[in-house]
This record gives sequence, structure tokens and C-alpha cells, in this order.
Amino acid sequence: MAERIVEHPILGVQEKGRKVSFFFDGKEYEGFEGEPIAAALKANDVMIHRYTKKEHKPRGIFCAIGRCTDCVMIVNGVPNVRTCITALEEGMVVKTQYGVSEKPFEEQ
Amino acid sequence: MKRFDLIIVGAGPSGLSAAIEAAKRGLDVVVFDENEKPGGQLFKQIHKFFGSKEHRAKVRGFVIGEQLLKEADEAGVKVVLNATVIGLYQDKEVVVKIGEEISHYKGDSIIIATGAAENMVTFPGWTLPGVIGAGAAQTMMNLHGVLPGKKVLMLGSGNVGLVVSFQLLQCGCEVVALVDAAPRVGGYGVHAAKVARTGVPFFLSHTIVKAEGDEAVSGVTIAEVDDKFQFIPGTEKHFDVDTICLAVGLSPMSQLLKMAGAKMEDNPRRGGQVPICDEYGRTSIEGVFVAGDVSGIEEASSAMIEGRMAGIVAAEYLGYIEKEELDSKLKELDCALDGLRQGMFAPSNRGKAIEKTEEGIDISTNLLKKGYIADDEIERFPGITHRKGIHPVIECTQNIPCNPCQDACPKKCISIGENITSLPIVLQDCDCINCGMCVASCSGQAIFLVDEDCGDGTATVTLPYEFLPIPAEGTKGIALGRDGNKVCEATVVSVKTAKAFDKTNLLTMRIPKEYAMSARFFKAEEA
Repeated sequence: MAERIVEHPILGVQEKGRKVSFFFDGKEYEGFEGEPIAAALKANDVMIHRYTKKEHKPRGIFCAIGRCTDCVMIVNGVPNVRTCITALEEGMVVKTQYGVSEKPFEEQ
Repeated sequence: MKRFDLIIVGAGPSGLSAAIEAAKRGLDVVVFDENEKPGGQLFKQIHKFFGSKEHRAKVRGFVIGEQLLKEADEAGVKVVLNATVIGLYQDKEVVVKIGEEISHYKGDSIIIATGAAENMVTFPGWTLPGVIGAGAAQTMMNLHGVLPGKKVLMLGSGNVGLVVSFQLLQCGCEVVALVDAAPRVGGYGVHAAKVARTGVPFFLSHTIVKAEGDEAVSGVTIAEVDDKFQFIPGTEKHFDVDTICLAVGLSPMSQLLKMAGAKMEDNPRRGGQVPICDEYGRTSIEGVFVAGDVSGIEEASSAMIEGRMAGIVAAEYLGYIEKEELDSKLKELDCALDGLRQGMFAPSNRGKAIEKTEEGIDISTNLLKKGYIADDEIERFPGITHRKGIHPVIECTQNIPCNPCQDACPKKCISIGENITSLPIVLQDCDCINCGMCVASCSGQAIFLVDEDCGDGTATVTLPYEFLPIPAEGTKGIALGRDGNKVCEATVVSVKTAKAFDKTNLLTMRIPKEYAMSARFFKAEEA
């Protein structure tokens, strides 16, 4: 669904950091170093970042500037990381957040 | 605790402008910003700005951002990034969170330039992944180069909704509809027109009934609302979309001022909770000033002027300049700001339905309802003229403070006159040389070069074209009218690009001459 913009009519070809691999829920993905984790996920068609604690509803990117906290995930074992303003690093381990846990609700 | 002459919160257009003016006058200035990069929202603005030369009109927002950063650097402004100001206390003590550390600073003066946050509306399904703010769309596509979605519905017809819709089209998204509960388009008519002519339908007096989808957005239903904003049964319309973009206004981020005990008011005309302040940003707390959207929602050009004002006021407050210098400089900036606050969209006209232009011409009602000027309305505007040979046709029909077209023409064919909001006119004895500078200089993309009769039954129309791919000479396709519907077949004669056009390509298409005054966009034939 989502894609990267290869060439933009006004901004031209955007400069990116080097290509790195990272893990999302155990699977390996590619992104660019330094871009927000959320951008790398979006470019890989990942829409759901977490499920809410009480009603188990899916959440994704909403404000993309670090204000709304809808996009928080578990990054390198730390929960509640705002993925829209956290830079992607080589080998990062990103996981869907269930409530505040990395364990799906049925295992909690 | 470290002390500064001036602490500024927010490194957006107003904060940086304030910092530049203060630092140039010798103040020891620091700017804190919670973001990773300075510039606020300027770097997401890829359209050409309005105004006149002194407001950096026809320069794209991100370029203005670069210029501002350079100026700040030269003035010796210190900008601390990833620094969230979490408290403003008595005696101008500022508490800042930098990384995992909390630090305390003391400012002899403070400028709060925190800007605004996006408003939201709720409807069933609004929390689904795929419902995003218009700002999020801009951030993703213009900063990070990632498409926000493939098929998008935009809610909100203010300038943000219109400009972001155009940006979505520019990076290849399909905008299925532009929807607003209000009965009239809120933003500039020229911004609406450039979206409408690409084929995006406008639904005014409509809003979202629900977003559909289990795990993410897969569709949306809208319906018409009555004058009390209640849904009218039977008017529902469904669209398959993967993204719903919300552009429903901004609210000042004035929490720090409230915390500091500044006198506040709830002022809907200024966008919500704002500090009570004078025209130069002096709040009820001595030595605490405000600039930009935090004291009332406007736009980046006026925010930059307000910032400069606040910076100079702070310099005088601390005794770095004399009152005479303050007064003369403020007078100059007053003029610049007044220039931007003129016309139909002036803050003083907010919420009013304007029916006639300053010239006494009826406003296009179709523009306000559908986003484009109807064929039977266009002729009454002064920028529309007819003559033999190539000539400019200026579809600028609302009084907005903008005049680059007047300076762009090397032959001085276009006149706005003394009043920056007047509708441009094409002078009768104009000697158009088909250079295209007017087309490229118009921030509203409202100028076309038309040769109504080439002598062989055809006409040519040159239009601003900011899309990829750029069609090659000879490409066959269709010409779209102002309403985005097909009017006739068209062939690309040429596409001119030049540094002076600043990425606005000039596409010339050949069409049957009877469509010279209705064909306004080119779409390549789909294979």
C-alpha cells in the first residue's frame, strides 16, 4: 500500500541515510538509518503499531510529530517509544505493543 | 542555573525570527525546541508563499526555512534541539528536558513561540490506523519521502486541507474527495481551484459519518449536513480509501503561558486559549512576550514578522536599544504585517461571508461551493481579457495580499497597483512576449498564457505544472476544465523548465480553439 517517493516534483530525489535492516515482530525489514521508525514501517506497509490496553483496539500513526503517542511501540525492549520521532538504527528490534506489553493479550 | 538575556521557546518561523533580531542587537539568546530539527513546520511547506517581496512571496516555504536558519546562524543564535520546555515559573525560570536530563535556566526575558497543534474531530472509527492529521501527511511525504496512503479523503477545506491535498497529488496519491462541514470553502480560492481542476470533487456541507475497516481504514462514508450540522438521511456517499486526512484547524499551544500565570482569554477568533497581549506580543507578565500562532492562529509569513517584533521589543526591554530605534523598527514591521492582514481572508473578516470583491464584483459562488469558478462566472473578473496573440489570463478572483505577478512581467503587462489585495489586471496595450514569468510567479497557480486563435482552428494554453512525470512534447491526452472534467483532446506542444520558474514547469497544450477559455489542466491519456 504505502511506498517511498522516488522522485518528487518539487523536492527532487530526497537524500536518505544508509540502508539498514531491522526487526519487526521477529521478521527482518529494510529501512534507512536515521529516518523515524514509523516511516520505515509505513514504507513496509505496517499500519498497526499497538493495541490499546482496555479495548484492544488497533492504533497507528496519527500526528507523526511526537505529540499524540498513538504510534508507541516496544523498541529494543523498551515500551512506549514514540516511533514517529525515534530514529531507526541498524538491527533495531521493534515489536507491536499490547497494552504496555510485547505479549499478545491472550498470553498476558 | 545558567542565565540568558533571552530564552525563546520554539525554533519555528516566529521563534527564529525573534532570535535573529535580538541576537543582532547584542542579546545573549538561546532557543529551545523539542524537535530534532529547527524550522517548525516551514520545512513541510513546499508551495510558493503569498504576499509581496518583503514577505518573501513566491519563495517556497522550505527555502524560507533554509534562509532563516542561515540568518540565525550568522547572527550567532544558539538553538538547542530535542529540548522540551516543560515549565515556566516565577522570575522567568525555565525548566527544560534535554534527553533524560532536566535543566533549569533563568531568562531576563522570555519569548514563547510554541506555535499551534492540530485540532481533531471524532467520528466512529476515527482511531483506526489510517486516520491521520494533515500535518502527519505533510511530515511523511515532504520530510521522510514516504507516501501517507494511496487513496486519501481530505476533511477540511481551509488552506491546510487545500494545500496538503495538492501536495498529496504531487507525490502521486489519489485524493478521492475534499470534504468540509462548512457550507463554503474556507481557504484561498486559488488553492481550491488548483486542486479541483485535477479532478478532485469537493463536498461542502458534508462531513464524515464513519471510517470503515477492522484493523485499518478501508473506506469512509460521508453525508450532507443541514445548517445545524445534522446529517441529512439518504445523502450518504461511500469511498474506498486507505487514508483519511484531518485538516480541521489549529489551536494555540499556550499551556506554558497559562502555567506562568499570564492573563489568558478564550478567543475563538484567535483559535482558542490565548494570552492577552498587546500588538507587539507583550503579555501580562513583564518581560514575557509571545509571537506567532501561540497568540492567535495565522500563517508563517505573519509569524515571522511577529517574531521580529517580539525580538526587538525584548531588546528594548533589556536596554540593548533605545526607544527611538524600537519605534522606528516597529513602524516598519507594522506596515509589513498590515499588508498581510488585508483582504477577504484578513483576521478581522474571519467567519464573515464576503459577497463582493473590493472592486464590487460578485464573488464566484461556485468557487466557494465546488472549489472552481464556473465558466459563466469567469468573464466578470478583471484578469480575464481577450485579444489576438498570446496573452495572460489571470484567474485571481479574491482579494488576497499577494503581488508577485506584477513584478514578474518584464513588459509590465500586469498591474495590481498600490493596494496589495487588488485583483490583478492585464493592461490593454500589453506586449506579451510569452516568457511565462507570470505563470511561474503566481503562488496561486492562477495565471495562464492563452493564444485563443492560432489561425488553424486551434488554440494554445500554457499552464503551471508541478507534477511528475513531465509529459514529452507531442504527448496526447485530455484537457480538463476548471471543474476537473474532460473538455477536449489535447496535445503537449512544449514543457518549459527554467531556474527562474523554481520547479513550476510551464506546460503548453494545443486544443480546439473553442475550448481556449475553459481548458485549464492537462492529463496524459491513460494507456
